[in-house]
Amino acid sequence: MAVEAIQLGNDELRDKARTLRQHIIRMTTEAASGHPTSSLSAVEVVNALFFGGYLRLDPAAPADPARDRFILSKGHAVPVLYAAMSERGYFAAEELLTLRKLGSPLEGHPNMKRLPGIEASTGSLGQGLSIGLGHALAAKVDGRDSHVYVMTGDGEMGEGQVWEAIAAAAKYQTANLTLIVDQNGYQQTGATGDVLDLTPFADRIGSFGWHTQTISGNDQDEVLAALKTAREVTDRPTAIVSRTQKGYGILPLLEEEGDLNYHGKPLSADLEQKALALLG
Amino acid sequence: MAIGEKSGLKTGAATRDAFGEALAELGGSLPEVVVVDADVGNSTRTEPFSKKFPERSFNIGIAESNLVSVAGGLAASGKTPVVASFACFLMCNAYDQIRMSVAFPGLNVKLVGSHAGISIGEDGPSQMGIEDVALACTLPGVAVIVPADAASTKAATAAMLSHDGPTYLRLGRPKVPAIYTDGCDFEIGRSIQLRDGSDVTLIANGLMVAMALDAAEDLSAKGISARVIDMHTVSPIDEEAIIRAARETRGIVVAEEHLAAGGLGSAVARVTAEHAPVKMGFVNVGNTYAESGDPDGLLEKYGLTPEAITTAAAGLLSE
Ligand SMILES: Cc1ncc(C[n+]2csc(CCOP(=O)(O)OP(=O)(O)O)c2C)c(N)n1
Ligand SMILES: [Mg+2]
Repeated sequence: MAVEAIQLGNDELRDKARTLRQHIIRMTTEAASGHPTSSLSAVEVVNALFFGGYLRLDPAAPADPARDRFILSKGHAVPVLYAAMSERGYFAAEELLTLRKLGSPLEGHPNMKRLPGIEASTGSLGQGLSIGLGHALAAKVDGRDSHVYVMTGDGEMGEGQVWEAIAAAAKYQTANLTLIVDQNGYQQTGATGDVLDLTPFADRIGSFGWHTQTISGNDQDEVLAALKTAREVTDRPTAIVSRTQKGYGILPLLEEEGDLNYHGKPLSADLEQKALALLG
Repeated sequence: MAIGEKSGLKTGAATRDAFGEALAELGGSLPEVVVVDADVGNSTRTEPFSKKFPERSFNIGIAESNLVSVAGGLAASGKTPVVASFACFLMCNAYDQIRMSVAFPGLNVKLVGSHAGISIGEDGPSQMGIEDVALACTLPGVAVIVPADAASTKAATAAMLSHDGPTYLRLGRPKVPAIYTDGCDFEIGRSIQLRDGSDVTLIANGLMVAMALDAAEDLSAKGISARVIDMHTVSPIDEEAIIRAARETRGIVVAEEHLAAGGLGSAVARVTAEHAPVKMGFVNVGNTYAESGDPDGLLEKYGLTPEAITTAAAGLLSE
């Protein structure tokens, strides 16, 4: 088998997004730790990449050089990636419940040495775009048309290294590199606007010479359209500023809890049931 | 002071020059090798490669963090990236990137730190890498190589490029004496005994190897027979050679152009402490930053001389 993309129809894609959210909640509650809300904001983007016709992969040959790459630079949101990988056939769904447990390759942050299909070992914020740039440059040297997608958090954009990579990618005009900023408005200690406001991201990234788009990142159609546009750009790297809500899908619950960030906290068994009911 | 004078060593070339020549030579037969530079290629000597193979060379600007992680990505896509900067900037500025983008995932990145040690001279302490070996040696799975002269640097460069896994190669700025005039049989992790001796062992790397040979001459004149070992690989360390030296001679002096903590001396002492306790002496920069000055004057002032090695060795035996 060779690498190929999977493209679900609109209804199936909506169902898949719900499945990913259910996995995220179940596995973090089972692990009794992790970052469910950071994972939930990213669902529509990850869903579109894995099931909306973008990532050309072969789960049976995870290192096939012809594959596209998705690097989750905000590694703490890895439950969304594990959920998508499992749905894509990298491993069985039951494995998801081994998240963060001794012996499981589904570590708290992505570990490429232990789990085939993980493209970068992240967890120290700020490095993923540089790693993605390395993959993009290698594809150029080899004459492969692999596309590299990197997702960062909006708080993560405070790391200077991200901007080093933005500048270098502009120099090398890596049109095969797409940065998606999951602008969910929060970071560990509060609202990103209060901690370190680097918005508007599109203006700032664009000023380096990148193609930019700003979208509603929890709107599946908008995400699909933006990814399509990004693939059509041929002369420079592309960025999608994905305005999302942290914990999207269970917001009424977070409101009730009085914490719209809910950073790095799993739901209790009781809240898990409420969350799953909300998802329908 | 002419290093290597007593033992009759001829003045040779700088290890960074030898690396640059070897890299450009080997690049032709190793198509997967790429160079990533952070605006110092003419200092680190990756420049000849980059001139010869521009399509395999990237200068990403003065951004060491990005430098190292980009190399991690290139390696994960099958390339053999060589990333060179000054030892201090590479190791100290990009340490977390080396940890997360290279060492932890075990990627095939070739880290090269030039301008190591205090012998860079006039540019002063901000440019001197004297913590680099310690930092590199703490990283699991990273081979740490400190060659002594031009010939062994060329051999080390070839060995590093054919080694599958992360490596750190430490290079110096000044010309150093030629030790391996008939070529060098270089293997990562296997030390080279340059002189046999039965009373004391001198273990050194980098430019301290030539000084250890001089010291062995001095000691011989005093009736002391000194073994000299070029411990070019600090991690993984050649335990066997150390244990043998500890058992067959009465003491070991370790000489390196590095801070006292965490370098070759620490690595050798860990082996002797565990397997074959023996009297030890240490010749290194100590626990201090150096200063600007001419390289010979600096080496003298900070105690990196054949005389310091001789004194340490004689002292061990008289205890
Ligand atoms: C280099 C580094 N510093 C600090 C942390 C600790 N940390 C983990 S998540 C986080 C907040 C991230 O915020 P953001 O990028 O906005 O991601 P979100 O969780 O909102 O999706 C922090 C500070 C880290 N993982 N890496
Ligand atoms: Mg955020």
